[in-house]
Amino acid sequence: MDLKGKSVILHDMSLRDGMHAKAHQISLDEMVDIATGLDEAGMPMIEVTHGDGLGGSSLNYGFPAHTDEEYLSAVVPKLKQAKVSALQLPGIGTLDHLRMAKDHGVSCIRVATHCTEADVSEQHIGMSARMEMDTVGFLMMAHMVSPEKILEQARLMERYGANCIYCTDSAGYMLPDEVTAKIGLLRSELNANTEIGFHGHHNLGMGIANSLAAIEAGASRIDGSVAGLGAGAGNTPLEVFVAVLDRMGVESGVDLYKIMDVAEDRVVPIMDQPIRIDRDALTLGYAGVYSSFLLFAKRAEARYGIQARDILVELGRRGTVGGQEDMIEDLALTMAKEKGLI
Amino acid sequence: MNKKLRAVIIGPGNIGTDLLMKMQRSDWIEPVWMVGIDPDSEGLKRAREMGIKTTAEGVDGLLPHVLEDDIRIAFDATSAYVHAENSRKLNELGVMMVDLTPAAIGPFCVPPVNLKEHTSDLKLNVNMVTCGGQATIPMVAAVSRVQEVAYGEIVATVSSRSIGPGTRQNIDEFTRTTSGAVEKVGGAKKGKAIIIINPAEPPLIMRDTIHCLTEDTPDQEAITRSVLDMVAEVQRYVPGYKLVNGPVFDGNKVSVFMEVEGLGDFLPKYAGNLDIMTAAGLRTAEMFAEEAQNGTLTLPARG
Repeated sequence: MDLKGKSVILHDMSLRDGMHAKAHQISLDEMVDIATGLDEAGMPMIEVTHGDGLGGSSLNYGFPAHTDEEYLSAVVPKLKQAKVSALQLPGIGTLDHLRMAKDHGVSCIRVATHCTEADVSEQHIGMSARMEMDTVGFLMMAHMVSPEKILEQARLMERYGANCIYCTDSAGYMLPDEVTAKIGLLRSELNANTEIGFHGHHNLGMGIANSLAAIEAGASRIDGSVAGLGAGAGNTPLEVFVAVLDRMGVESGVDLYKIMDVAEDRVVPIMDQPIRIDRDALTLGYAGVYSSFLLFAKRAEARYGIQARDILVELGRRGTVGGQEDMIEDLALTMAKEKGLI
Repeated sequence: MNKKLRAVIIGPGNIGTDLLMKMQRSDWIEPVWMVGIDPDSEGLKRAREMGIKTTAEGVDGLLPHVLEDDIRIAFDATSAYVHAENSRKLNELGVMMVDLTPAAIGPFCVPPVNLKEHTSDLKLNVNMVTCGGQATIPMVAAVSRVQEVAYGEIVATVSSRSIGPGTRQNIDEFTRTTSGAVEKVGGAKKGKAIIIINPAEPPLIMRDTIHCLTEDTPDQEAITRSVLDMVAEVQRYVPGYKLVNGPVFDGNKVSVFMEVEGLGDFLPKYAGNLDIMTAAGLRTAEMFAEEAQNGTLTLPARG
């Protein structure tokens, strides 16, 4: 693969997707410590919100240690060059949250929907674009449908005002050929000035390979997280990716040693558990299940005695989509009843 | 014999047609008119085939017939944008309005929770909240009638096929209206609502999760009894309203997991979210009719 001479914008997820892995309990000091380290390392974009985006604070997904306002107020003023993005899922967060984010210095809004439901994003993408923010349409669980369907949905988001479209492998299920096909079709069919992005999870260990395939097929923005801190087996580990890009001659603008140090000295020490491909995270990737279900399934296993792996496989079989965390306890209860455990 | 109230349905779409089919079985409400705006609409054609008078000239096409046909109650299944005008014109002629749009210009009505309040103090316009609200607010109320609920949160998961373009274009309206009603009708001090759309095939049956945080340690026995009683109340008009799991207690958190299957009249059975709206709307009107017959509610005066 020859990527020499290309350049890419890296986008760190450790302070948003990483919130899933931390049960949304990252402290303000930890967040500022990691964000300023990334800023000094030259990371161009950093996402900061609850794991489920603006307004994600809930019993269903978990109450965070601090509100989105508090995190953004703590982090944004400390950054010298990095831009801050906020994720928003229509149906969870509202336009009020979006305005709040802008008022707190967020310059990029990423509106996320399931890969077949882009038409719920018109309100939010429209407002973000009207406020002249960097506006991204984020199509989640993109492994579940064909490249043509992704393109159809991407065109809707483009029409609503998105200047960048993401193909998002929320389950860490995709293999490089699929990434090539999907990103390639988006690149050839969307407006030339619409950027394409890829967001991976490392559940099958394909984070780096898939991200390279995405760049080759025309993606100009790649998500990952420093030390991989993210849902499931984490996102594409950015310090590793920066090293790979460096060797391949791709310009990322990120200093390798500095990001290595952020990973080792600032992120790994705050992890509640090692971010690795354990059997449950592997099951997410193998069965095509939303990565943030991981800790919920482990908790249900501890409480109801049903293996997390069995719960995750059944969720995959039922076609569960992002946001259906409530289904996990419900299903575990039903399975435990069937087995006579409760 | 029951004195049936004569009714008009505005909006011959999926909701309006489903409502019409339910109404034809009602002991208390008699469907007389269906109002649309497109003369070629399938919905108006279906209504005519079912023996209902129709107009394709909107509410204005109905107004000359309101008094001669003794229309007493209207169901608006159009959109929030036109609802206010429809309501004003019909209220002027003494027609009570059941609002199935998210306009919410009248008070919220969730039949097993607060319908009695509306009949004892006649309201000319009541709003049926949202599908998610109808499915979940009874459960929040079942907890809050036992003890104080500091926070109520509902998650409605619906099949992609059951969510129309109006809801999709303004999904914030769903979250805002529903969370408001979780507080005002459900009795939670603070409310939150989440909606998830799932495209699985075959379509999934509507499911709802209700979480409440009680102020003090939950009285498990009383809450469980209250939840079971409330489920039975809703089942009187939505037989497919089913408690799947719970109530589950975890500290001060009370969780209830529901499934809502529709009757499959015009809308498919999985669309319990739409069925519970039409059933709740009809139930509301039936209660007005019953109270009118009992003399506990006086219909608006008419010359």
